Amino acid sequence: MPIFEHGEVKIEVDEDGFMQEPDEWTEDVAKALATTEGVDDLSEEHWKLVHYLRDYYLKFGIAPMIRKLCKETGFPLKKVYELFPSGPAKGACKVAGLAKPTGCV
Amino acid sequence: MADNIKKPEELAQIDFRPPRKLWTNPSIEFRKGTFNYAAVPEKAEYLGLPHVRKWQPMDDDWQIPDNWQEIIFEGMRERLDKYRSFRIFMDICVRCGACADKCHFFIGSGDPKNMPVLRAELLRSIYRKNFTLAGKIMGKIAGGRELTIDVLKEWFFYFFQCTECRRCSVFCPYGIDTAEITMMARELLNLIGLNIDWIVTPAANCFRTGNHLGIQPHGFKDSIDFAVDELEELTGVKVEAPINKKGAEILFVAPSADYFATPHYYTLLGYLALFHEIGLDYTWSSYASEGGNFGLFHSTDVMKRLNAKIYMEAKRLGVKWVLGGECGHMWRVLHQYMDTMNGPADFLEEPVSPITGTKFENTRSTKMVHIIEFVSDLIKNNKLKLDPSRNDHWNVTFHDSCNPARAMGLIEEPRYVIRNVCNNFHEMPENTIKEQTFCCGSGAGLGTDENLEMRLRGGFPKANAVKHVHEKHGVNILLCICAIDKATLPPLLEYWVPGVEVGGIHEMIGNALIMKGEKRTTDLRGTPFLGTAKGDDEGKESAEDV
Repeated sequence: MPIFEHGEVKIEVDEDGFMQEPDEWTEDVAKALATTEGVDDLSEEHWKLVHYLRDYYLKFGIAPMIRKLCKETGFPLKKVYELFPSGPAKGACKVAGLAKPTGCV
Repeated sequence: MADNIKKPEELAQIDFRPPRKLWTNPSIEFRKGTFNYAAVPEKAEYLGLPHVRKWQPMDDDWQIPDNWQEIIFEGMRERLDKYRSFRIFMDICVRCGACADKCHFFIGSGDPKNMPVLRAELLRSIYRKNFTLAGKIMGKIAGGRELTIDVLKEWFFYFFQCTECRRCSVFCPYGIDTAEITMMARELLNLIGLNIDWIVTPAANCFRTGNHLGIQPHGFKDSIDFAVDELEELTGVKVEAPINKKGAEILFVAPSADYFATPHYYTLLGYLALFHEIGLDYTWSSYASEGGNFGLFHSTDVMKRLNAKIYMEAKRLGVKWVLGGECGHMWRVLHQYMDTMNGPADFLEEPVSPITGTKFENTRSTKMVHIIEFVSDLIKNNKLKLDPSRNDHWNVTFHDSCNPARAMGLIEEPRYVIRNVCNNFHEMPENTIKEQTFCCGSGAGLGTDENLEMRLRGGFPKANAVKHVHEKHGVNILLCICAIDKATLPPLLEYWVPGVEVGGIHEMIGNALIMKGEKRTTDLRGTPFLGTAKGDDEGKESAEDV
């Protein structure tokens, strides 16, 4: 597995840059991972999305339904793509330290 | 979209001139965009797969076991004995070339090794050298080839560039099922630990929680409950969505992406509205919470293990029969393998529609009915009140998903349903639909980002057909009945034919369905119906409002 290093952060990631040990996630990890998504500064809106995903993940062990994410954060899907250009699964989930959703998605 | 993808006009410049060197000498360049990453070891271990290790296709050394040739030959021998079809398909091809230009990957890449005949020949030449008398004696002259590491790498490259769609088989005068050749090759590769992650991880998740995404029962319930609440907001009707309800008449099994991803989600809303309106006594299962079966793309063994949960849950919940949702490859498994793999399901009854009394005699052995057949029957018997004008903002075309069309012959039913729920329906050209349908280019476990260039190439013929109806008739949505389609066609169309959305048939049914006590002004995406207070253009804007 590749190692991703950025400043103080050093974590194991998969080939797509998703972290392998989601329990080791911290806000500093999020900031570091965000740079790989072309997001150098996480705004309040970015954090709202990331924390929502993180909280859901801690409860359910998985990312929420995309529709639910949009509704509960108040961000239309278009807005999610503006915040994280690779989208809710590949961008936002990566920064929030979640596993990559797999299957017919 | 991943980095470094060429522009459409560049990618469409396909060079069909064959390479100068002989096809028998393989050398593969694993260039990003054209292959899939290897399985994550932890997931492969979870499934108990052989020779688990960290490796990647772009590594020079694949760290395969020392006795790999012995393992492959033994694996071939075992399968040639076990599957008569495998031996016949190895022996019978006369290289007539009828299949050569029928593969979407060949059309989109110009690579001769993506001609189904030549892709199969990569395996057939090894078979000939080692399992036929002529090949053993005459080697090359009889079309034989040595099994080398480079041949192995070539297998990995090309057998994971086949979506097992079986379009080529339609044109084969012998009816050689090329998907089965790919399945055999993938099984052999698995024996020495050569897998791809987009197949192994969903399969491992599915084995653990019952679905490809790894959603646990409380997460499953959370998603279904959310959909029930949102459907009430959209329609004013509160529906029930029972989960794990013992004694229900019918078990409903859908792909997990329907309760996770978009646009799949709108199909889920359609199911919920329909079942409520006809008063169906049914249940979801939080364990049989996946129609899809990525085991089909891996090996018979994994397919069988993943499929077992459907009958197990049907038995545990005490239902009479099973109804299946808008899933593609699931139907190849259910229709062609389930009964012999995990049946007989003699504890179930021959499916009869509780609403119309129609017996689904075609499902006598599997006891599992496709939801489109079920709905066609409801419409035929006038059991649904439908207002197709509620879909007038959509100008639709229908993409036959490979497996429902070619593996179970579901050709007319989807069209019958669409014509009853949509006023604007335009078919793509005849040689791109029905049994000749072109694949989305991302099925059989190949729908990853790292493989995007091949997906865009493989999806090119279908996208071209969509472009035709988009330009000629103004088609603005492509309907399909497969979750992989719903996931992979949106980026494909965004690339080749911007301006065409993707949706499911049940989304359209949900829009057209007149529900008792409903108060609705929008479709399931929240877009106002034409002719209601808000205009169409404004409606499009609001479709994504929350």
